[in-house]
Amino acid sequence: MNPSLINYTLHLADNALILAQRNAEWCGHGPILEQDIAITNISLDLLGQSRNFYQYAAQLINDSKIPGSSTAPAPGGEGVGGEASEDSLAYLRTEREFKNCLLVEQPNGDWAQTILRQFLVSAWQYLLYEKLVHNSDEQIAAIAAKSLKEVTYHQRWSSEWVIRLGDGTAESHERMLKAIDELWQYTGELFIAADYETAAGFDTASLKDSWLKKVTAVFEEATLPVPEKVFMQTGGKQGVHTEYMGYILADLQYLQRTYPGASW
Amino acid sequence: MSFQFRKHYYGDIPEDNAGGTEIKPASNPSLGSGGTWPLWEVFVRSKQGLDHKHVGSLHATDAVMAIENARDVYTRRQEGVSIWVVESKYITASNPDEAGELYEPAADKIYRHPTFYDLPDEVGHM
Repeated sequence: MNPSLINYTLHLADNALILAQRNAEWCGHGPILEQDIAITNISLDLLGQSRNFYQYAAQLINDSKIPGSSTAPAPGGEGVGGEASEDSLAYLRTEREFKNCLLVEQPNGDWAQTILRQFLVSAWQYLLYEKLVHNSDEQIAAIAAKSLKEVTYHQRWSSEWVIRLGDGTAESHERMLKAIDELWQYTGELFIAADYETAAGFDTASLKDSWLKKVTAVFEEATLPVPEKVFMQTGGKQGVHTEYMGYILADLQYLQRTYPGASW
Repeated sequence: MSFQFRKHYYGDIPEDNAGGTEIKPASNPSLGSGGTWPLWEVFVRSKQGLDHKHVGSLHATDAVMAIENARDVYTRRQEGVSIWVVESKYITASNPDEAGELYEPAADKIYRHPTFYDLPDEVGHM
């Protein structure tokens, strides 16, 4: 069994789960009822994507433990009886074992910051899934194909909001500038390949030009500047996260950690 | 004889409170003082071949956002395959005070229902 494929699948799952968790924080707090529903719909789409990837990762992990097959390094998160499951991977791994990009774990901030984070991620996810649809691994390709429709809408919805706020009032423009200042430093990591991405045969850097083209086009319409020469933060893909990650996991995992195996 | 035409809005809301003009979404400080989003009526077609049916209303800044909000609010459980939106202020409604003269005269004219014919079974539902 291929440990890089397991790690890569977990990386895809973690990105979706952590952004879903962040967006879910808006539930009941959206600026207006309709947008509260929109952002939580997106959260649920992402949660669904993460479940598909976790289920596949769990299957790969469990298959790799069959006697006689090569032993993969444990990615953590073994559930009851040492069996991995979608739940054990989401609820029982530690911060260092999560492989999501730093961008998805950044705080919601105001609506501008949430919108910008969603747009930057969706524009990247769109290109990523579009490539993964042709991946040699059939399961990854199938999940990507299913997710691509959802992400197409996320990208559309968030880019319209970026334009609406950037080219809106002086106040909304100012807030978008602040959000760019806050988040841009986490975008470089999206295109720097982790060892497991390269080993899994995915060319991460190849997405950068198309992504920057898309972002530039939307920013131009939104009358927002594309930052240049910003120092890029990295580490998330390797499990070295920003200080926010621990709090997200505390929130997410509390119940299963406190009452192991609890269900309703 | 002069005839005075008074426009009535959807839901018979008096004109000064009607949709599409000045709706303040429930006192939400985060919207600031400019928080006035027009009201839109939403029509959803549940499947091909059926009519668009009125399902409710929502607030949005423009038609594009109204379609997207309608998609998120009214079709998230697979309720539809097509959406129409129209700003509420463009819907003219009949006056409820005139219900007597408009609708009641039809009450005793049962012969207008096609129930006095014997339909062959082959016709099926009409």
